[in-house]
Amino acid sequence: MYHKTLPYRIFSVFNYALLGAVSILCLLPMYHLLMVSLSSTAPANAGLVSFWPIGFTLEAYARTFDNVNFLTSLWVSVKRTVLGTGLALVVNAIAAYALSKDARVFRGRNVYLWYFVVTMLFSGGLIPGYILILKLGLMNKLMALILPGLVAVYNIILMLNFFRTVPRELEEAAFMDGAGHLRTFFSVYLPISLPSIATIALFTMVGHWNAYFDGLIYMKGAENLPLASFMQTVIVQGNMTSFDPDMIANMSQRTIRASQIFIGALPILLVYPFLQRFFVKGIVIGAVKE
Amino acid sequence: MNDTTLPNAKLTKAPGTRKKRGYRIPWTLHLMVLPAVVLVFVFSYLPMSGIIIAFQDYKAALGITGSPWVGLKHFNYMFENEYFVKIIGNTLLFACSKVVLNLIIPFTFALLLNEIRHMGYKRAIQTLVYLPHFLSWVILSGILIDLLSQTGIVNQFLMNLLGLDKPIFFLGDGTWFRLTIIFSDVWKEFGFNTIIFLAALAGINPSLYEAAEVDGAGRFKQTMYVTIPSLIPILIVVATLALGNVLNANFDQVFNLYSPMIYQQGDIIDTFVYREGLLSGQFSFATAVSLFKSVISLILIVISYRLAYKLAGYRIF
Repeated sequence: MYHKTLPYRIFSVFNYALLGAVSILCLLPMYHLLMVSLSSTAPANAGLVSFWPIGFTLEAYARTFDNVNFLTSLWVSVKRTVLGTGLALVVNAIAAYALSKDARVFRGRNVYLWYFVVTMLFSGGLIPGYILILKLGLMNKLMALILPGLVAVYNIILMLNFFRTVPRELEEAAFMDGAGHLRTFFSVYLPISLPSIATIALFTMVGHWNAYFDGLIYMKGAENLPLASFMQTVIVQGNMTSFDPDMIANMSQRTIRASQIFIGALPILLVYPFLQRFFVKGIVIGAVKE
Repeated sequence: MNDTTLPNAKLTKAPGTRKKRGYRIPWTLHLMVLPAVVLVFVFSYLPMSGIIIAFQDYKAALGITGSPWVGLKHFNYMFENEYFVKIIGNTLLFACSKVVLNLIIPFTFALLLNEIRHMGYKRAIQTLVYLPHFLSWVILSGILIDLLSQTGIVNQFLMNLLGLDKPIFFLGDGTWFRLTIIFSDVWKEFGFNTIIFLAALAGINPSLYEAAEVDGAGRFKQTMYVTIPSLIPILIVVATLALGNVLNANFDQVFNLYSPMIYQQGDIIDTFVYREGLLSGQFSFATAVSLFKSVISLILIVISYRLAYKLAGYRIF
């Protein structure tokens, strides 16, 4: 019994302390930011705030929610996340269902699969993609943020591996009852795979919420900018030329910047407990195949 | 990807059991893949064909069909450019340091975490260390810029408690910038990267430990002779698959943290492509640079998957 020996106990004490310290280090920056956002302007600007708020106030949050540009961007982000995730799920799941069929039932399946996998290995890159959006007339349109990344080949592979674990008898029973492929998919496969589809949905949502670069290059003007791109422009680049003049004064305040970053991260923090429950499983789904 | 032939596949063809019927094309299935096929064609294959502008002097007014062909001009210019050599160096430096550290640190962390016997404590640690992976680089650089500024909490800590007399320019000094890039990436990703090792640790046969214990091995020897050898295959897989990423220094991170001051030490291929292409309008040159990167990456990915298959029997499909 090794864990009763003295050297192992000494090691254990150090180990618990070390890992505890490392995990706190992962949370600390986020926590510090929250504390800055809850403090009064003067102590925050003077750099006095460290691990608790000084002069507690919610003023920064009130000011952030007064900011028209911020609210517009928040709305654009909500739209792209909801619409983008919904569309992506439908398109990817039905494709995954078809591709989960045996090549003897669905001739051409392997051709399709390679057609998709090639795009994981090689891409045209930034400039041709940009020219395409320009030529399609999608500049400044919400669809420019949704359509290019809609087909997620990795997610299709995850889902098709999952669909293949569905017992064949269920499918046969549905066919016997006269259901077609579409009906079988919606009435049998979809309900069974709901947990794994929910996981993929959460990951897609996080991806949409965090995406900033497409908004940065395809959206001109403040009214179409998603929140992540808005924060990139204002907080990271410090570029405020296209926004309200009174916002500029606001943004120079550390507390307001902190509150905006925190609100931007909040949806992720909220879905994180659900994500965490699923993602280990989700990775296993993709890693294990028959 | 090849389907294994079922043993009863021949039975259906045997006379008497079932009449041999012609193959009916499953139109519904073809229709179900159609939306994805169309979208991939438009948004992945069309841009791939757009790569030809790397061999042209692309002008938006003339379009792809009307722009003059210039052969390898942009590639020659690229290889003669001293700055290009520099950004290749930066890219390799960032990517390789991250690959190595993101292998060693999660591996060690997983081993240490494996020694935590209190389940609640273990789960709490996991929850905390996975979290940064899900936050975007926009959020994190917003935080880092604030933390690492001259009046930020890190510099205050260094000056007040460790007695440094001058603040450190973490994001404004070349060497410090490089260290910040490498270690902030490790900080963000090490937790998430432990998952794969933890899964492998859970799969080790407990009777191996029992046998080692009977032979008188302490925990350290058990780790050396049971745990680590059991993790070697997965370590090889992760290491070889990382080979495909040696030209990916993480655009999102560098783009959100760098500034013109430290381009010499901090610029990478992807950020260079963005600035040359979209900011300076050198569409053809930028495409040539990114094509160079894509081709090398493709070769590396193919090699890495072959290696992973040969060394550890790993396949994606």
